[in-house]
Amino acid sequence: MITYEFLQQYWWFLISLLGGLLVFLLFVQGGNALIFLAGKNEGENELIVNSTGRKWELTFTTLVTFGGAFFASFPLFYSTSFGGAYWVWILILITFVLQAVSYEFQSKAGNLIGKTSFRVFLTLNGCLAPLLIGTAVGTFFTGSQFLVDKNAVGDIAAPVISRWANSWHGLEAVANPFNVEFGLMVMFLAISLGALYMINNIADDKLSSQLRRYLLMSFGCFLVMFLIVVFQLLTMDGYAVDADGIITMECGKYLNNFIQMPIVLAIFIVGALLLVVGVVISLLKASFKRGIWLAAPGTVLAVMAIFMIAGYNNTAYYPSSLDIQSSLTLSNSSSSEFTLYTMAIVSLIIPFVVAYIAYFWRQMDKKSLTSQELEETDKY
Amino acid sequence: MIETALVDWSRLQFALTAGYHWLFVPLTLGLAVIMATMETIYVVKGDEFWKKTAKFWMKLFGINFAVGIATGIILEFEFGTNWSNYSWFVGDIFGAPLAIEGIFAFFMEATFFAVMFFGWNKVSKRVHLAATWLTGIGAAISAVWILVANSWMQHPVGMEFNPDTVRHEMVDFWALVLNPVAVSKFFHSVFSGWMTGSIFVIGISCWYLIKKQETRFALSSIRVAAIVGIVGTFAVMFSGDSSAIHVAEYQPMKLAAAEGLEEGGERAPFSIVPGVEVPGMLSILATHDIDGYVPGINNILEGYTNSSGEIIPSAEEKISRGKVAIEAFKEYRMLKDVDSLGAVQARKLLDSNIDYFGYGYINSQEELVPPVTLVYWAFRVMVGLGGFLLLLMVVILWAERKKTLANMKWLLWVALFSIPLVYIAGQAGWIVAEVGRQPWVIEGLLPVKAAVSSVSVEAVKTTFFLFVAIFTLFLVIELRILIKAIKEGPKVETK
Repeated sequence: MITYEFLQQYWWFLISLLGGLLVFLLFVQGGNALIFLAGKNEGENELIVNSTGRKWELTFTTLVTFGGAFFASFPLFYSTSFGGAYWVWILILITFVLQAVSYEFQSKAGNLIGKTSFRVFLTLNGCLAPLLIGTAVGTFFTGSQFLVDKNAVGDIAAPVISRWANSWHGLEAVANPFNVEFGLMVMFLAISLGALYMINNIADDKLSSQLRRYLLMSFGCFLVMFLIVVFQLLTMDGYAVDADGIITMECGKYLNNFIQMPIVLAIFIVGALLLVVGVVISLLKASFKRGIWLAAPGTVLAVMAIFMIAGYNNTAYYPSSLDIQSSLTLSNSSSSEFTLYTMAIVSLIIPFVVAYIAYFWRQMDKKSLTSQELEETDKY
Repeated sequence: MIETALVDWSRLQFALTAGYHWLFVPLTLGLAVIMATMETIYVVKGDEFWKKTAKFWMKLFGINFAVGIATGIILEFEFGTNWSNYSWFVGDIFGAPLAIEGIFAFFMEATFFAVMFFGWNKVSKRVHLAATWLTGIGAAISAVWILVANSWMQHPVGMEFNPDTVRHEMVDFWALVLNPVAVSKFFHSVFSGWMTGSIFVIGISCWYLIKKQETRFALSSIRVAAIVGIVGTFAVMFSGDSSAIHVAEYQPMKLAAAEGLEEGGERAPFSIVPGVEVPGMLSILATHDIDGYVPGINNILEGYTNSSGEIIPSAEEKISRGKVAIEAFKEYRMLKDVDSLGAVQARKLLDSNIDYFGYGYINSQEELVPPVTLVYWAFRVMVGLGGFLLLLMVVILWAERKKTLANMKWLLWVALFSIPLVYIAGQAGWIVAEVGRQPWVIEGLLPVKAAVSSVSVEAVKTTFFLFVAIFTLFLVIELRILIKAIKEGPKVETK
């Protein structure tokens, strides 16, 4: 039976899936973070820019679709978080805006501020976007200071239903170490994925060995952050919602979610293992170039599991630490049953979309990128 | 308390983003068709000349495309960051087309854009051609969905207000998609993009003719572009005609403002410029009937009977019924868990006044009149330039067929300097559409001041100037790069 509740759960699954795909595709950002580190000369820099440059629009589109899907399925989140944590989202957007033009402009004559400036933009986006997105997702567990009062619509002078209760408008998230650790974890993960992707996508032995060095460093940092975050996640209190929609603090909520949803736990463990295995083999065997294709599904699965424990099993996925009853849950923030159902039908096209993307991805990347190819054909 | 300054700065920021976005999007829509046509000729004829020609325009397409994406992402998220109340109040309807746009259109564009640019040696000729077309089709599909969303704001259909969730909820998806306003708006916008692409290609090609360079390339490009542009312009005219009918029917105040029509009536005249009128013409345009009744601004404020005999209440009455609706809403919210009979009564009162809910936020009837001068002139600029550009394209095509174009220096210069005009026409069109519907973010349902986010005026000002700086810098850089690339030329003839 397709009930309203089922549809809400289904849409949270899609949000989780899009979130997972987005974090995997942040390899573009992670790769760009390495432009000035792993690339030791113009030739290598160019290879990096052109390698991530052929995929950046997919990441960008996934971000846009993630936003659109969230809007369509859980509009109260769109309203509360974007309108409230104003500065965080604006900063994230600006880094993506800088990125969007940088590929096309960086090597073109007449670009006014020079190649290096645009590559700095790419690097900025490369570090900041995963860091900020990660920090924002951290607040899914730690909560933010906002109030939701739907009755406000009846107040002619001040009809805004979602209000942020501090003037930092989202920047206050960095005051909570967990959020920052979460952000750093995502950033180092993105860099590791970027390195893995380029090891696979670029045929250049020297660059490859440099990338492996940065893979080791970034993945080491990632592991530290990952362990800290997971430890805190499993020991922290969480926001539980009962059948009447009343929200209460529950001791060890996220640990309980893992225990009560063993499938999610399994997804998380399998994902994390695939990621670790992909990286470790890449580090141990210089001839092994396919680490990204273990780490990618690993990332998608692990991130999905994180979103699932944030929203499933009667959990408030976007809690308000100021007024606990204002917290957003799947049921109090979702679209109507009709809209969720209609959009669920629309979502059936997704496998087809993924299939054609995958097909053309393979067509385009059958042969790894070389500096020779860049000389002979079109490039950024 | 929502400050007027907050509403104004938020509107200005949205207008800035949308205005910049629409500098880049129409060229994407139009140039895509032109270069895909060129590549088709290449594939059919096997003549390398056409491949080089298509590739040159693709290069310019790519430079322009990136800035369109950069401004587009801001637009999507601004609904949340700056119009958060809107996002909840109608998110149940409005979010759907945005999500569909991402799933159906943006992935298509992103995937095939990469194949188009970097796939020349990686996929077959035919697959590459398909990728080029699909990039353009993806752009057009994205226009479908964003314009479905926009049209819903102009003429909301297929939804019901639910006081329990405090929002409008979708009840009919197809009403939303097949909204007559959306259909004509889609054709009007997309084909205006064909005009933009065409004038852009013609103008630049004429520059090569002035310089006596790349003559074959220039003339061939002009031929393709002029045909695309002329087809586009006729489609723009037809869809513009049905848009006028829709505006007259659903947004009479916008029409009255666009005409500067204080007092309406039957056989309403069309004003060409102040003081110069064509008798009865407005009635024909707005109702396809010379005796059709077109209300003026004062008629709408005072109440009138429309051409189908329906009595439209005065502004004052709409406002007071809106206030009744809002009071009934509050009453219902208060009673729904404690007094079911009282709640039912409140709900009834709310339902019978729900059409005027948005008017409840309006303080005086002056608020209901959009800025007349701006909308009036924007409309004239749009139509005037559109007519001029059609004439230009016809003359250019004719001269090209007669093989005299290369010697008509004056015409070449006119074409070159017409490039900015097509952009001005496009911007003017959106000013008519968006300023003309003030104060409504959703016609009759939600005024801008009830839609805005609760952030500080300073925050919005800061982001506004930040965006001004970034977008302007990008525009300047884009123009410099385009000019350099054009000066360097397609190098078709020096093989």
